[in-house]
Amino acid sequence: MAPLNRDDVAKVAQLALLNLDDDEIDRFTGQLAAVLDRAAELEAFDIADVPRTAHPYPLVNVFRADVAEESDDVRAEALAAAPEAEDGQYRVPPALGEEP
Amino acid sequence: MSTTDAPVTTTEPSVLPDGWELVVGLEVHAELATETKMFSPARNTFGGEPNTNVHPVCLGLPGTLPVVNAKAVELSIRIGLALNCTVQRCVWARKNYFYPDMPKDYQISQYEEALNVDGWLALASGSTIRIERAHMEEDTGKSTHMGASGRIHDAGYSLVDYNRAGVPLIEIVSKPDLRGPEQAKEYVEELRAILVAIGASDGKMEEGSLRVDANVSVRPTGADELRTRCEIKNVNSLRSLGRAITYEARRHVELYGAGERPIQETRHWDEEGGRTRSGRSKEEAEDYRYFPDPDLVDIDPSPGWIEEIRASLPALPQARRAALIEVGAGAEAAAIAVERQLDGLAVAAIEAGADAERVLTHVANNLAVDGAESLDAGQFADLVRMEMSGALTATQAKQVLADMVESGRDPATIAADRGFEAMDSSELETMLDEIIAANADEWSRFCEGENKLQGFFTGQIMKATKGQADGKVIAQLLAAKKNA
Amino acid sequence: MSQTEGLGPVHDIAAAVRAGERSAVEVLDEHLARIDARESELHTFNHVMADEARAAASALDEAVAAGADVGPLAGVPVALKDNMCTRGTATTCSSKILDGWVPPYNATVVERLAAAGAVIVGKTNLDEFAMGSSTENSAFGPTRNPHDPSRVPGGSSGGSAAAVAAEFAPLSFGSDTGGSIRQPAALCGVVGVKPTYGAVSRYGLIAFASSLDQIGPFSHSVADAALALSVVGGPDPRDSTSIPEPLPDLIGSLGEGVEGLRIGLIDELSGGALDGFEPAVLDRTTAAADALTAAGAKVDTVSIPSTVAGLSAYYMIAPAEASSNLARYDGVRYGLRHDGPNTASMMAASRTAGFGDEVKRRIMLGTYALSAGYWDAFYGRAQRVRTVMIREFDAAYADFDALISPTSPCVAFPLGAKADPMTMYLNDVCTIPSNLTGQPAISVPYGADDAGLPIGVQVLAPLRGEATMFRVAQALENARRSEEEA
Ligand SMILES: [Mg+2]
Ligand SMILES: [Zn+2]
Repeated sequence: MAPLNRDDVAKVAQLALLNLDDDEIDRFTGQLAAVLDRAAELEAFDIADVPRTAHPYPLVNVFRADVAEESDDVRAEALAAAPEAEDGQYRVPPALGEEP
Repeated sequence: MSTTDAPVTTTEPSVLPDGWELVVGLEVHAELATETKMFSPARNTFGGEPNTNVHPVCLGLPGTLPVVNAKAVELSIRIGLALNCTVQRCVWARKNYFYPDMPKDYQISQYEEALNVDGWLALASGSTIRIERAHMEEDTGKSTHMGASGRIHDAGYSLVDYNRAGVPLIEIVSKPDLRGPEQAKEYVEELRAILVAIGASDGKMEEGSLRVDANVSVRPTGADELRTRCEIKNVNSLRSLGRAITYEARRHVELYGAGERPIQETRHWDEEGGRTRSGRSKEEAEDYRYFPDPDLVDIDPSPGWIEEIRASLPALPQARRAALIEVGAGAEAAAIAVERQLDGLAVAAIEAGADAERVLTHVANNLAVDGAESLDAGQFADLVRMEMSGALTATQAKQVLADMVESGRDPATIAADRGFEAMDSSELETMLDEIIAANADEWSRFCEGENKLQGFFTGQIMKATKGQADGKVIAQLLAAKKNA
Repeated sequence: MSQTEGLGPVHDIAAAVRAGERSAVEVLDEHLARIDARESELHTFNHVMADEARAAASALDEAVAAGADVGPLAGVPVALKDNMCTRGTATTCSSKILDGWVPPYNATVVERLAAAGAVIVGKTNLDEFAMGSSTENSAFGPTRNPHDPSRVPGGSSGGSAAAVAAEFAPLSFGSDTGGSIRQPAALCGVVGVKPTYGAVSRYGLIAFASSLDQIGPFSHSVADAALALSVVGGPDPRDSTSIPEPLPDLIGSLGEGVEGLRIGLIDELSGGALDGFEPAVLDRTTAAADALTAAGAKVDTVSIPSTVAGLSAYYMIAPAEASSNLARYDGVRYGLRHDGPNTASMMAASRTAGFGDEVKRRIMLGTYALSAGYWDAFYGRAQRVRTVMIREFDAAYADFDALISPTSPCVAFPLGAKADPMTMYLNDVCTIPSNLTGQPAISVPYGADDAGLPIGVQVLAPLRGEATMFRVAQALENARRSEEEA
């Protein structure tokens, strides 16, 4: 695995919608590289046929009944928290590009 | 039925220049007919005041957690079984990308392990289209762009409504098995008919509860390579689907013709312009970082549950057409009968001994009316039998049938009331003798072989009987007299 | 109140208030007075809910007067980590991006506490979005350790740990993703519990890493912690990962002792493989093992090799989940917005201004671990190592009823002493394994170093093994008490 470089960090910051200046990119590159270097110890494990664990407590088929819960007040409280709202809708600057 | 990789064909005339073949795969999103959303107890209803069908969960408020709607899972399994899929244990995955209509800035979907895989859908026109997968996911909200107010600095803005956010969706992905715009439209129509028949979705394309994206590419006829495809979005009707596919395929052929090649991208159908436009093709930026959603556990449908759902499925359009063809119907007639929901009536009447061709002719031509479906199959069969025996002429049968639909009375009674007594041949013979006497010259020419006069004599008898006579019987009489 | 003698202040207060011997308002005022006296020095709270608390307390007193059963936590002042949603009261995660956000709903834990008669006194400080081990990463300034204000209380639930240590409340709740309850409990000299994953509902807990996060109590005694967990735990239909079975009885077996229990001392986490452990910490851990032996348990060392790599697995999995969980803070629906010419630039400006460095680091680390080309090498591999670790612990629990180790390799350190992220991350080597396996663990105060700084010992148990875990913890608490009396 090639060591982490500034370009990787810049690309990742872009994916995560974080604006970093050059100093921040330098600093974060070093700090993240340290974590990734240590993570090389994970390569010591023989995981050839070991499955991944996504949930520490095994459960399947957890469902809810298809029954509606009204919540008018919640709707109002939620909208009240919006940085910008108009006619009961959330207002945002114009979009660039469409939904993938 | 097997899902072999036998080459799919279509009989429709090609929309491409000779030597080019169209290759289309469709991604159909259908909103599921549930009371509430996929993971939240907010109502799943179309339209309504903006942000009225919301709950902390589908607004993605900090700290909220999704819980799966059991009804949505059941409907999705119904769809999987109706599309001959394998229904399997599946994993919820997060598809990560920033989008203001998506409250969590990730969409909960299924990635590696989908609920339904490896199915197929048979088209009335004969081909079988393979289904790659039919997975569950949540819908996004909707934003409306408000145009610039005219002030120089105002580039406009958007208003976001989350009523649709979290509505349960099934995404049905076909293999690239479609070969023409008409076939693609037939596939969507068939899929829609199935979804409606099993009560899984209302399938309203105009309301956006059924949405179609088309992956279009072309290749030299007969080649089995898959060339660069473009995903066409914003196709809002079947008509647009056909136009968009044709436009895009021709664009690809032109590019290849000019020694260029299309780039893989998402393109949007422009209905007015009748063309597709490039969306943003931010290839390198598109990295959805799918991973199993730690807030949700797997769905592992038990064989018992799957069989219970399978047993509850109604007969599907394809099986209903097959049943008609079984009893002697042609493919087209069968398709019409099923489309009109008259296939049950037709099968029963034919099984009751009525002539299949006659039955289907009535279904196709004389039963496009309300109440036809409630017609009594036995009486319908009787009518067809009377018609075949010559007891009623085609014209009379048509009138009696209409009366039957309206009044529900049996054909014999109606025929009697209307005095539709097909007269016996002795009566006709006397009449014919009178007509021959009155037209001796024509008769001798007819006997000498001037066959077109057959129509003249038939017409005379029809006139004399006010159309009550049976054409076949007249023909027999004329032949007998002539050779006497 | 004799039947609660020695069980702890939570038991004492609840019994007195239920019996009408003390009023909830009187109890509350006593605690608010202590808060007034020292809060400006310690900064344990982001928000003290004095008025709401007084209203709740007097309503409770009226109910008692009316002869109502006011619940097992009657009149008990409770402090909540500021990442648990309280309807009508700001919930910030100590982040600028949520500064002033008022949730329109209550966390399940909040509703269960209210139903049990608890009186919520405030929202406590934390490392931003629970990412840290010192509470220095709070956008609103650090919390200080009541035992030595020049030192950190640990983290990320530093505010909740310090609030109990300073007796601002006899009970508080935190969240533990990699040690965020147990490590500050150890550094502040209080009891802290990370229950089995799924034992306490996460509904209303603002997520850091969803497959690791668990809510748990801080208290002065093991019995108080067991009572508090019994109140907030149990199945919740609003959390798909909540365990459907009811919690086992945690109180009845507390006094049963450890006679005949097989207890393993985890070698790798007791100086056997990792360095950086302070001698005093290792000494007290050995002393704890000896005390358990003296109490009749059979104690042996046990090797769980994968625990050494726990930190690396954790720093792939937790940031990966966090990078997705924290995407929703985009300036559209709530929280901080910095505008921009289009949606994407507005979102980026808001996130850049709203998140602190540690949160940005982890979001980027997780985004990287999940991104095309690195998924299998980082996130995927870590999830497989997680399975290996679970198998090794299961094997250990075939031979042992419970395991012990230090809670933290070191005692409370001075503010600013661990500016380098990796140095800070190493504080959690002993606590991270239980989050990866989902198994319960508790930190029990077990003495101090020469400077009088508290040291905690960790007791680990298999999934849903809380009853055994509390029994062992109670035995250690008893041993410590008799040691102190001697
Ligand atoms: Mg798609
Ligand atoms: Zn989709």
